[in-house]
Amino acid sequence: MTIDGYAVHAEALEKRYGEKRALDGFDLAVREGTVHGLLGPNGAGKTTAVRILSTLVRLDGGRAEVAGLDVASRAREVRARIGLTGQYAAVDEVLTGRQNLEMFGRLFHLGGRRAKARAVELLEQFDLTDAADKGVGKYSGGMRRRLDLAASMILAPAVLFLDEPTTGLDPRSRGEVWDSVRELVAGGTTVLLTTQYLEEADRLASRITVIDQGRAIADDTPDGLKGRIGGDRIEVVVAERADIPQVVKVVARVSDGEPEAEEGELRVHAPVVDRVSALTEVARTLQDEGVRVEDIGLRRPSLDDVFLRLTGHRTETETEEAAA
Amino acid sequence: MSASTSVNSLEATRGRTYWVLADVWNIVRRGLTHYQRQPINIAWQLGFPILSVLLYGYVFGSAMQVPGGGDYKDFLMPGMFVMTMAFGFINTATLVVYDATKGVIDRFRSMPMASAAVVAGRGVTDLLVACAELAIMMLTALAMGWRPDGGFGFLAAFGLLLWLRFALIWIGVWLGLIVPNPEAAGGLFAVAFPLTMISSIFVAPQLMPDWLGHVAAWNPISSTAAATRDLFGTPVGGGDSWVEQHALLMACAWPVILTAVFLPLAVRRFQKLSR
Repeated sequence: MTIDGYAVHAEALEKRYGEKRALDGFDLAVREGTVHGLLGPNGAGKTTAVRILSTLVRLDGGRAEVAGLDVASRAREVRARIGLTGQYAAVDEVLTGRQNLEMFGRLFHLGGRRAKARAVELLEQFDLTDAADKGVGKYSGGMRRRLDLAASMILAPAVLFLDEPTTGLDPRSRGEVWDSVRELVAGGTTVLLTTQYLEEADRLASRITVIDQGRAIADDTPDGLKGRIGGDRIEVVVAERADIPQVVKVVARVSDGEPEAEEGELRVHAPVVDRVSALTEVARTLQDEGVRVEDIGLRRPSLDDVFLRLTGHRTETETEEAAA
Repeated sequence: MSASTSVNSLEATRGRTYWVLADVWNIVRRGLTHYQRQPINIAWQLGFPILSVLLYGYVFGSAMQVPGGGDYKDFLMPGMFVMTMAFGFINTATLVVYDATKGVIDRFRSMPMASAAVVAGRGVTDLLVACAELAIMMLTALAMGWRPDGGFGFLAAFGLLLWLRFALIWIGVWLGLIVPNPEAAGGLFAVAFPLTMISSIFVAPQLMPDWLGHVAAWNPISSTAAATRDLFGTPVGGGDSWVEQHALLMACAWPVILTAVFLPLAVRRFQKLSR
C-alpha cells in the first residue's frame, strides 16, 4: 500500500508550545502490519506526536506521512485511513453502544443502511451485542474500551493509534483487549501503541521507540532493547544467610562482572555471558558444596530496567495515576 | 481495505455540499438523541422557563408597575421569552465544553467529516430546542391569561427571539472552548444573571436610576424584548430614548453585531484546537 513499506513515517518532527519544545526532531518509522510501541515518561512528547500524526495538531517542522499520505497537506485523506482511541478521542457517553457506532458510521459517510449493518458487525466482533442498547455511561471499563476500539475500526483503518488501551482494566479485560488488538493486526491494521505499561509493550509490540524530551532516544525490538543494557544475569536465592559469601565466591567464577548480594532477600546475582554452562556449573558446584539453594535461574533485564537506563528515571506510571 | 475503497465510491457519488449537510444533520441528530435518552434534561430545561413565567407572573406580577399603564403580564411575558433565549448560551457553552474536554470533539476532528459541522450541528440543535422552549413558555403564558395578537406580528416576534438565540450560539461556542471544564460553564450563570437583570426584561429602564437605565436600554436583549412587545400587539412600557424608539431596528441589528464579533472568535478558537 505504501511505497516504502512504512505505515507511519515521521522525520525530524518539531512542535513548540511557547518556550517548551514538545517535539524536538522526533523520528519514527512504523512498518506496515505491525504493532509499534511508543514509550516515554509523562511530558516526553508521546501525546503530541500522536496528535500530529492523527492530524489533530499541526506540526511546526519536519514531515510526516501516515498510510503514505502527508499529514499536513492531505489531512482529510489521512483521516479516512486512521482510527484513534484512548485519551485522544472518546465515544459519546449518553448514547448507547449501537447509537455511537451508527453515528460514527454515518459521519464516516457510510450512509444510513451500511452504518447500521457495520454497527451490528462491530458489536458482534467486540462482544458487545448484549450491551448494544445500553447507555455507554453504564458500561464497565473493559466494555467501554472495546466500544472505543470498535468505533475506531468502522472503516477498517490502515493505521490505528491506540493509547494506553488497558489502563485501569482488570487482568481478564486486559487480556480481551490484547486479543482484539492482535486480531486487528492479523487483519492488516498497523497499530501505534502508546503506553506506560512496559509489560504491555513487551507483549504486543514487535518494535519499540523510546521517546524522552521530544526525541526518539532508542528504537529497537523489545529483546534488542533489553540486550542493549547488558545481557542476562544469573540469580541464586539461598535458604541461609550464612551461605551468601560462599555463593558469591562460586558465582564470581562464572561471571564476567561483579556479583551483587542482596542479603535481606538472600539473593546473589551477577552478569553472565555463557548462560547455560554458567547455570549448570553454579548449580553443580553449590550442590557439591552442600549449600541449600531455594531458587536458581537466569533473568533477562525487564523493559523497566531498560527504561531506567535510557532515561535516567523510572516510568512514571504511579505518579501519573496518583495525579489522575 | 475493501471497506475504505467502497466508502470512497459512495462518497464520490454525492457532492461535497451534500456531505457537509449530512454531517450537520448527523450532529443535530446526536444532540436530539441526547434529549430523547435523557428526558429529565428536557424537563429541566423546559421546567425553568415555565417556573420563571409562573413565579415572576404571580409573585412579582401584582407588585410591578408599567410606566404609562398597561398590564404587567404584557410587559413581562415577552421579557421572559427573551431571558430564556439569553440564558441559552449557557447551555450551548456547557455542551461544547463537555464534548471538548471528554475528547468527543477530537474524535470528530480525526474523522473525514466536515469539522465545521461540529459547530454548525450544535447551533441547529440549540435552535430547535429554543423553538420547543418558546412554544412551551407561550402556552404557559396563554394559560395565565396573556393575550397577544396572532398573525404575522406573532410569527415575526418568534423569529426575532430565535434571531437573538442564533447570535448567542457563537458566544456559547466561544465560551465553551475557553472554559476549562463543565463545572466552570455552570458558573457562567452568575455572569448571565445580572446581565439579563440590567435590561428591560423585568422593569422598564425609565424606572431605574438614570445611568443604570441607559445601560439597561442599550442592553441588546432589551431591544428584542421591546420589539417583541410591539409585535405581540402589547406595546407597553416603551421608553423615549433613541434606542427604545428604534427597538425593532435594534432587535434586528444587535444579533448581527454579536454574530459579527463572536462568530469569528468562535471559529478562531475552534481552529486553535489544532495548535
